[in-house]
Amino acid sequence: MSLWIALVVVTAGSYGLKLAGVSLPERALAHPRIQRIASILPVAMLTALVVVGLFEANGRYHADGPLLAGVGASALALRWRATLPVALVVAVVVTGSLRAIL
Amino acid sequence: MFFDDGSPTLARMGDARPSTPAPGATTVLALDDRRAITRAATGIGAYAALFGVTFGAIAAAAHFDIAQVLVMSTLMFTGASQFAFVGILGAGGSALAGIATALLLGVRNGFYGVPVSSALRPRGLQRLVTAHFVIDETTAMLAARHDPRARRYAFWATGVILWACWSAGSLLGVLIGAAVNPTALGLDAAAPAVFLALLWPQITTRRPRAVSAGAAAVALALIPVTPAGVPVIAAAGIAVVAGLVPERHGGSAR
Repeated sequence: MSLWIALVVVTAGSYGLKLAGVSLPERALAHPRIQRIASILPVAMLTALVVVGLFEANGRYHADGPLLAGVGASALALRWRATLPVALVVAVVVTGSLRAIL
Repeated sequence: MFFDDGSPTLARMGDARPSTPAPGATTVLALDDRRAITRAATGIGAYAALFGVTFGAIAAAAHFDIAQVLVMSTLMFTGASQFAFVGILGAGGSALAGIATALLLGVRNGFYGVPVSSALRPRGLQRLVTAHFVIDETTAMLAARHDPRARRYAFWATGVILWACWSAGSLLGVLIGAAVNPTALGLDAAAPAVFLALLWPQITTRRPRAVSAGAAAVALALIPVTPAGVPVIAAAGIAVVAGLVPERHGGSAR
């Protein structure tokens, strides 16, 4: 599949999900089971994205010191109630600095 | 807020304090309220610009061109899905895996439509435009307010400012990303850090923590045996299984 076709599909699909949300009758989305799955879905996927981002490269296990240190530092920052932009800057600065030094 | 599991919503960025409607201010939105909303929306815009620069640079490193990045940021307009899509394709994952992951992450936007449409009641063409702006931040800004005019203003001010800042930031980022080596700057740490920051406020109770642990285990186990992107989609299965199990009364609070 060409990249452009994939882009059109993912863009149309993303919009379709938003449009469905504002168009469907409220009770269609109000089922408790559906609500539970929808609210927990981002937790599972975001976790997996973090894990894959930290421990995968080219389909194999891979760990990079500066990257782990940077994201670890942002986790500490979040623990100390840092906001998202702060966590982002901490991760990039720590990782970039360690790469420059090492 | 709108999910009944007691966990904070994905959308907690920006000013989440409910504004109490001033007595007698039901006909016109007070100037002070308007200013406070605009200020909060501008703050969200500033973060979105920074986040957009990061997105553009990462997309450039994954060999997306300017037009492709702009299509994503202006039309797809849902940050976490964009990061995931670019990340999976950049890591050599299939287009199908990238699309599936991005759309599964985008499911939450559909659910945001419930509070948004009940507050704004969009009709006809208006509905088509409103839908485009239904994302984490606009929903949070709307849901944090009670006065109907304040809700409407919060939604649109946040939506338009964020859209402009996110798009402009992405453009700047793709230009920067083409000129520098994003890895040397540590920009590859941005995506996992953002995912972690979005995840953080959602794992304060027992049930989401258990789901998070299960998802981590599944993703980690699948890394060497499946194509890129599949570990993330498989982790979504953990959420479906967990969601099918009814919540014990008050169980999530412990």
